[in-house]
Amino acid sequence: MKRIGVFICHCGINIKATVDVERLTEELAEYPGVAYIENYVFMCSEPGQKLIKDTIIEHKLGGVVVAACSPTLHETTFQDALEEVGLNRYQLEIANIREQCSWVHDDIEEATRKANLIIKTAIERLKLNDSLYPISASLTKRALIIGGGIAGIQAALDIADGGYEVILVEKEPSIGGHMIQLSETFPTLDCSQCIMTPKMVAINKHKNIKLFANSEVESIEGFVGNFKVSIKRKPQYVDPDKCTLCDDCTPVCPVVVPSEYDEGMSWRKAIYIPFPQSIPATFTIDTENCLGFNPIACTKCSDACGPDAIDYDKKPEYFEEEIGAVIVATGFDLYPVENMAEYGYGKYPDVLDGLQFERILSATGPTGGEMHRPSDGKIPKEIVFIQCSGSRDPERHNPYCSRICCMYTIKHAKLYKHKVHDGQPYIFYIDIRSGGKRYEEFVQQAVTEEGIVYFRGKVARIYKEADKMIVSGIDTLTSKKIEIKADMVVLAQAIVPNFNAAKLINTLKLNTDENGFLIEAHPKLRPVESLQAGLYLAGTAQGPKDIPDAVSQASGAAAKVLALLSNDEISHSPIVAIVNEELCSGCGICVSACPYGARELDEIKKIATVNDVLCEGCGACITACPSSAAQQKNLTDEQVFNMIKIYSYL
Amino acid sequence: MKEYKPKIVCFLCKWCTSAGADLAGTSRLKYPSSILPIRVMCSSRIDPMFVVKAFLNGADGVFIGGCHPGDCHYHEGNYHTRRRFVMLTKIFDTLGLDSKRLKLSWISASEGTKFAKVSNEYTEEIKSYGENPSKLNVFL
Repeated sequence: MKRIGVFICHCGINIKATVDVERLTEELAEYPGVAYIENYVFMCSEPGQKLIKDTIIEHKLGGVVVAACSPTLHETTFQDALEEVGLNRYQLEIANIREQCSWVHDDIEEATRKANLIIKTAIERLKLNDSLYPISASLTKRALIIGGGIAGIQAALDIADGGYEVILVEKEPSIGGHMIQLSETFPTLDCSQCIMTPKMVAINKHKNIKLFANSEVESIEGFVGNFKVSIKRKPQYVDPDKCTLCDDCTPVCPVVVPSEYDEGMSWRKAIYIPFPQSIPATFTIDTENCLGFNPIACTKCSDACGPDAIDYDKKPEYFEEEIGAVIVATGFDLYPVENMAEYGYGKYPDVLDGLQFERILSATGPTGGEMHRPSDGKIPKEIVFIQCSGSRDPERHNPYCSRICCMYTIKHAKLYKHKVHDGQPYIFYIDIRSGGKRYEEFVQQAVTEEGIVYFRGKVARIYKEADKMIVSGIDTLTSKKIEIKADMVVLAQAIVPNFNAAKLINTLKLNTDENGFLIEAHPKLRPVESLQAGLYLAGTAQGPKDIPDAVSQASGAAAKVLALLSNDEISHSPIVAIVNEELCSGCGICVSACPYGARELDEIKKIATVNDVLCEGCGACITACPSSAAQQKNLTDEQVFNMIKIYSYL
Repeated sequence: MKEYKPKIVCFLCKWCTSAGADLAGTSRLKYPSSILPIRVMCSSRIDPMFVVKAFLNGADGVFIGGCHPGDCHYHEGNYHTRRRFVMLTKIFDTLGLDSKRLKLSWISASEGTKFAKVSNEYTEEIKSYGENPSKLNVFL
């Protein structure tokens, strides 16, 4: 029989105050299987661990129960101690007599009685524990990054600079995401394109990065370190190797459609390059609008193309890639302005959302960076910005704060003042949230030096009077009704998860919160990991954030990936399911119960199998098994029954 | 007469309810010592036989705690638990056992207060039923 040592911790007085540790030591000394028992003031201290280690050697212990705090705190500490003296780390059980006993009971008698039972269940479980060894598997030293916005770009560059190959998949024809649409960025007012394009070029040039633009991840299978992904590259119909970017094709194209890059405020042709600095730098034909796919209708671009780069018969290409880790950086969209009926979007052309206003401010935008309003090109002299449009409104829109709107609105007002010196910006707000570094100073400078007027309150409605829009609301600080005759209104729309990413997120089996943002493994301590091993999160897909935060998170996720890929093999907990081949009837119920695809039927032996590396050890299949053929290592039915006996026979 | 102290075997999932119980401890909330915890990886590991065994061995109540629906650490384990629990109460009723003594509750890692509240209320409830009368009819 296994010689078991029991070590009871006082945790200072945290345990000792309500659990009589001396009495426990006496009572349990006689319990079958206990070869040695001791109590000590701090088991987790160096002397405490030394006591355990010395005793294991001296008393030839085969297993150890430490009765102390929750196993989430010091299980690995004591496992390591066991291993240092040659005892298998799975010959340890923790009896949680602090969080679930001494701290929640006042009566010493009762708490001691309960601690006695908890320790006995740990002893009973330990008696049948096997020595286990972490399962190891090889890994592919390559990362996949989904999304080519600033977060995806940063993560790709960090991993590639670390010496590992990166596959970057972007669904649009060019990388750049939303950041490339921005004019200038708070709080430094540096031009977005100036700081972003060098990074985009670096992606294109980096020897470790393989870029799939205009592509989508179709499927993923496998597990951490060993994923297989299938990528679909949609045809661009223009051969980038032949295309010289001469731009002879766009003038002849007869089709005009709203430009995505300019948020619908300018036009592009059906053959187009998204913006001048696009990476990869090539033209794309938009099949939905091109007439050339009906060969007798139009071949104008092809006729005009000198190097003969256009091929209407191009088909989608499919690629299978092996990778070890994934970073999901699918980004955001703005909450549809169509939902804001009270603000007149769609009805009045001079009501814009934040991204549209960015395009008007941008030197590459539809007005070449000059301030003109869309309806009649007039220079707006009075302009109203409405914050929290669609955010912080749980009844009608989204409950959360979009985090960046306070800052970009003040930036908008400031940039507007820089362009229209005699103009007057007004901002309606709920609170000003300027928590970032140098953000508060940025806000204060705008208010004191640029004459920007803030009203605390919400806008009730906007209606038209002649060529002005009447913005009507309440200033809740003075309780006065406010009416502003505005030439233009800008809505700081809420950030929502990318509309087109939902299917992908489902394919990746990632969890989202009630708002559709990806859930991190722990909100404080594991903010860049998902609960799926090997899948990491970066950027606004995880929640609204500004550029510095998105970049930090991307670098954080990249560091996690680098740490993973720098291993030669990965280890996995051995607490997995096992199958008793004698008992298994091959019914396959376990296969359907497993959420990880770790259970399969062996067609030859006609029994179920377990893929140890895929198994996460939840135990769903074990309970589902009708013939008790499946068991969980070190938590078998027999072990649980023995624990139940301790609690129920009194 | 000695005060009747029920014994309640509690199966707690590692990721939510056991962590919630830990938080109740860290917050120094109080509940009766009748709550006797067994930590499992997921509530879906809780075989209905565990519940039956505990009950027939003499437990006055059996409590199952898991993650909220949709929040299972293993995606869907608690949905298995929910279905099994419904089935189990039906079987209890059919066999003439007292299904009122079984309890399933979703308690997350951040709900220490809920764990303490449920523990207090459930203990009071079991106390009102008195000792488990089935424990003498052991047939397993």
